[in-house]
Amino acid sequence: MREIFTVSLIWSTVRLSTPLVLAALGGMFSERSGVINIALEGMMLAGAFTAAAVTYASSNPFLGLLAGIAAGVAISGIHAVACIRFKADQVVTGTALNILMIGVPGFLSGALFLSSGSTPQIPKEHLIPWTPILIALALVPITWYVLYKTPFGLRLRSVGENPEAADAAGVRVSHMRYWGVLLSGALAGIGGAYLSIGQSSLFTRNMTSGRGFIALAALIFGKWRPVQTMLACLLFGFTEAVSIQMQGVIKLPSGEDIPVQFIQMVPYVLTIVVLAGFIGSSRPPKALGIPYQKEK
Amino acid sequence: MKLLRQLLFPFIAVLAAFAVGAILILIVGDSPLETYRLMFGSALSWPDGIGYTLFYATPLIFTGLAVLVAFRCGLLNIGAEGQLYVAAFAAAWVGITFAQRSGWILIPLCFIAAILAGGAWGAIPGVLKARFGSHEVINTIMLNFVAVALISYLTQYHYRIPGDPIMETAPIGAGAYIPRLGKFIPGLPERIPLNAAFLLALLCCLLVYLFLWRTKWGYELRATGSNASAAEYGGVSVRKQIVIAMTISGALAGMVGINEVLGYRHRYYDGFSDNYGFTGIAVALLGRNHPVGVLISAFLFAILQRGGIPVDAFTEHVTKDIVQILQGTIILFVAAEAFFGETFQRLGFFKGSKV
Repeated sequence: MREIFTVSLIWSTVRLSTPLVLAALGGMFSERSGVINIALEGMMLAGAFTAAAVTYASSNPFLGLLAGIAAGVAISGIHAVACIRFKADQVVTGTALNILMIGVPGFLSGALFLSSGSTPQIPKEHLIPWTPILIALALVPITWYVLYKTPFGLRLRSVGENPEAADAAGVRVSHMRYWGVLLSGALAGIGGAYLSIGQSSLFTRNMTSGRGFIALAALIFGKWRPVQTMLACLLFGFTEAVSIQMQGVIKLPSGEDIPVQFIQMVPYVLTIVVLAGFIGSSRPPKALGIPYQKEK
Repeated sequence: MKLLRQLLFPFIAVLAAFAVGAILILIVGDSPLETYRLMFGSALSWPDGIGYTLFYATPLIFTGLAVLVAFRCGLLNIGAEGQLYVAAFAAAWVGITFAQRSGWILIPLCFIAAILAGGAWGAIPGVLKARFGSHEVINTIMLNFVAVALISYLTQYHYRIPGDPIMETAPIGAGAYIPRLGKFIPGLPERIPLNAAFLLALLCCLLVYLFLWRTKWGYELRATGSNASAAEYGGVSVRKQIVIAMTISGALAGMVGINEVLGYRHRYYDGFSDNYGFTGIAVALLGRNHPVGVLISAFLFAILQRGGIPVDAFTEHVTKDIVQILQGTIILFVAAEAFFGETFQRLGFFKGSKV
């Protein structure tokens, strides 16, 4: 066991948790305002691809990061307009955006870089392995503060819990929900950018490989609260780190490898369990998923 | 007028998506007309185009019906992807384990395995919702990942032929093969994998229609979907309906396994599904959650899938990613159809009628 639990495992946990924390906190803004966001995956992909493409073209990773944020915001903008303005089903719209974003990066990289689905390598000196980690770290207390200690946070939570009452009190429901969804796109965009210009050095096809959904799971496991959500992300990042490090290192008494698949399942099974109320209750915002119809 | 609008909006959504696709194709510097001509021309050519298009349509009909049944009960099943993986593996497992049996026993056994496994995997989120009230959308997403991991474990560690570099199981017994339609249709070569599962898919369209609109059980299921509390008041057990709907939904998704394992690859091949479960959502939605609509839209999505292959090969810049882009955009436009409603009203159509 000892060779597994090392400094490198902790470091690896931090690196693997960072994109989850960013996307999950993003999802929190959206879902706390009452809009389901299963498009985190697509928004991360948008951020990852755009950040890599812009960093490659401009040799400036901070410009790339900003572009990644912009891309996440753009995708979340579609989600926001469809769900808030046109009252589209939020889950269906999210699914549509996820499918769309499987295609768009490949399509654009095919045209821009004549490659099938990936961007060219970015030189090491143009990567930002630290900045997104620091941003994620800072965002946890900031999100907590914004959500619980500012008028903005109060309004955001109120339109997610009881939009009728919020409306009666003079809060502009749609306005707050737009903010929630767009913020989720911005943060998921950073999370995606970290994958392509922080953790690795290029964008590859479908490089998020389900991280948007794990972030969503962490958000639910963390009961839609910032600190708990961060802890859930660390737990899920840890399970991933263990499953990577364990490969070929620890063996069962019978001499076989421990199948990584069982460790990969952990976040999903835990989420199902917590959602069923076995580990405390996890209650979503009351108006989650319900478009707001102003009474005439 | 109502029927017209029912047909009109999906049609407009598809056209709008193709328009968006055309703009993207122009941006990367190819001709949209040429690209679409290539797409449809190859997908509708006889016999290869049509044969493959119908083969691609088969899983989409099953998953479209799966989403439809859940939707009519007020549930969104985005877990068809997981359900079909579990079912395909179960069919392969039976086909491997009882490989020596004759087809008369083996084929029905494999069918039952796929249907039961898919149904059981679908029932889990149903029970969780009925018993604990936890949201089926989240649970089906999570169960998709659990299914993929579980099946990939079983394939990798227990059912792979030792030394096989590909993640696939041993082949099923020859008795379990279901015939390709090329055997019966003159002019359709047998190398095209379109098989008897396509006929099963057509049959399922009919059965789903009869079940939902011609039986008491179907009526209760739809009543739950349109107004759960009213249904409960009228003596329908909403919880029971939720479990029933999810089980049927999972069983329908599971039949994809019949097409894949018994009709096509004759073994379980890890990661075979090309997002069939998610495309099923689009198919059901575009098909207005009606079996006939599902049939039509499954055919359309199959055209895209088949047509994407020559587009990838024969255009200068457009890659097969255009297929995902078109699919995503179609769903988006269908979901946000109020957009067209408003635009039309502003333009003066449908005057006086509420769109």
